[in-house]
Amino acid sequence: MTGVRIVLSALALAVALVLQVTVFSHLAWQGVVPNLCLLLVVATALVRGAQPAMLLGFAGGLLLDLAPPADHVAGRWALALVLVGYVAGRMRQDTRPTAVAVVATVAACSFVGTSVFALSGLLLEPHAPGVPHLLAVIGVAVVWDVALTPFVLPAAMAGFRRLDPQRVPA
Amino acid sequence: MTAPDRRERRWRATDRPDDRGRPPGSLVVALLLACATLITLDYRGGADSPLEPARRALGEVVGPAETAAAAAVRPFTAVPDWFRSHDSLREDLDDLEAENAALRAQLRSSGVDRNRLEEYDGLTTAARDLGRALVPARVVGMGPSQSFSRTVTIDAGSEAGLTPDLTVLNDDGLVGRILRVTRTTATVLLIVDPGSTVGGRVGDSMEVGFLTGRDEIGDGGLLDLELVDESVVPARDAPVLTWGSEGGAPYVAGVPIGRVTRVYSDVRETTQRAVIEPYVDFGALDVVGVVVASGSDSDRAVVEADGSLR
Repeated sequence: MTGVRIVLSALALAVALVLQVTVFSHLAWQGVVPNLCLLLVVATALVRGAQPAMLLGFAGGLLLDLAPPADHVAGRWALALVLVGYVAGRMRQDTRPTAVAVVATVAACSFVGTSVFALSGLLLEPHAPGVPHLLAVIGVAVVWDVALTPFVLPAAMAGFRRLDPQRVPA
Repeated sequence: MTAPDRRERRWRATDRPDDRGRPPGSLVVALLLACATLITLDYRGGADSPLEPARRALGEVVGPAETAAAAAVRPFTAVPDWFRSHDSLREDLDDLEAENAALRAQLRSSGVDRNRLEEYDGLTTAARDLGRALVPARVVGMGPSQSFSRTVTIDAGSEAGLTPDLTVLNDDGLVGRILRVTRTTATVLLIVDPGSTVGGRVGDSMEVGFLTGRDEIGDGGLLDLELVDESVVPARDAPVLTWGSEGGAPYVAGVPIGRVTRVYSDVRETTQRAVIEPYVDFGALDVVGVVVASGSDSDRAVVEADGSLR
């Protein structure tokens, strides 16, 4: 079961990444697209807790860092999504989360994830953009991620719930 | 909630530590260290970082998937594109009609597949102007602005004869240069990326300078031109072309880049800076051409210098 779970999670991440760079680039607003990998990490965290979410975040971040057309210092998205997994995991409740709670979690995580990535860029990249640019991108990214939450999160959470053998269906 | 209740829940929590909010500290430390290691390795490594093989390996797998996905959505994405370009094209219609008639006559006489040629005739003109061969390719993936770098994936790689540091252009002007290739795809750094520097020459005064991507949010993008001779003020609307690198890599000479829209002088650095609006619409990149040496091997038809397909 664990093997199946890992394979399916990896597959979901790969699909999210490919959609993000091919399909959503056509819908991009100001060049910013919804971060589907981040949404998957949040969904995992809300259903299964911080530990699997952080592992998934690490894998997804690595994918974002290395797969074409990425060209930044590798490990930056990995770091951002590991932290997203941690934050979302801490926000998880025992009961099934309400819609408002899910949206709030996504907004917070999107802000944390994009900001951590942007800040690491300020430290590491020789041609880091200015702070007003960073804030604009972070703002648009949060709006995009929240806008896509109703379409992605319920399906992803239902999927991860079905994969979870220990959990009784809520 | 009563006190025993709360204790009860806490007990359950320690039974299944990974199922409650707090993950084990060892995992947090391990993952953060792993990220720090990756960042350090890649940062110190620079161009020949130990992660380059991993990048390439992942590109071999993800690249074809991106190509397939882009091909699958192309019929749908072409619809808004058509409306958008329809508006802008209407203005140029008269000019283009005359040009088209001439090109059509050429196409009829050439006897090559006409549909395919029509797609490439913009590129054909570009190849003739430069006197080099072009490998045609399509953009299949765009890096998001969240990554703060302007890169795209194209569906031609080492099998099509591409290597890093080749010039990429389309029928409007300079697009960028190739950063790395896999067998079937290549990653292109756009000239509007803040990390990209191109040597440029102002068309009417022949003054040379350097163009860097401007740090601005948006689909399009602007460039900053800094002239070497600080006493010269570039004229508005003057065209800017590449002045070319040694051996034609990464940029060949004479490719149009854009036109001067704004000029301002930097008092502190006593230099003239001009803002360049590129001819290429970076929000709607599709067919591009990669400049290769004439006669190089490729897995597809190459647009030769005389305009013929090979």
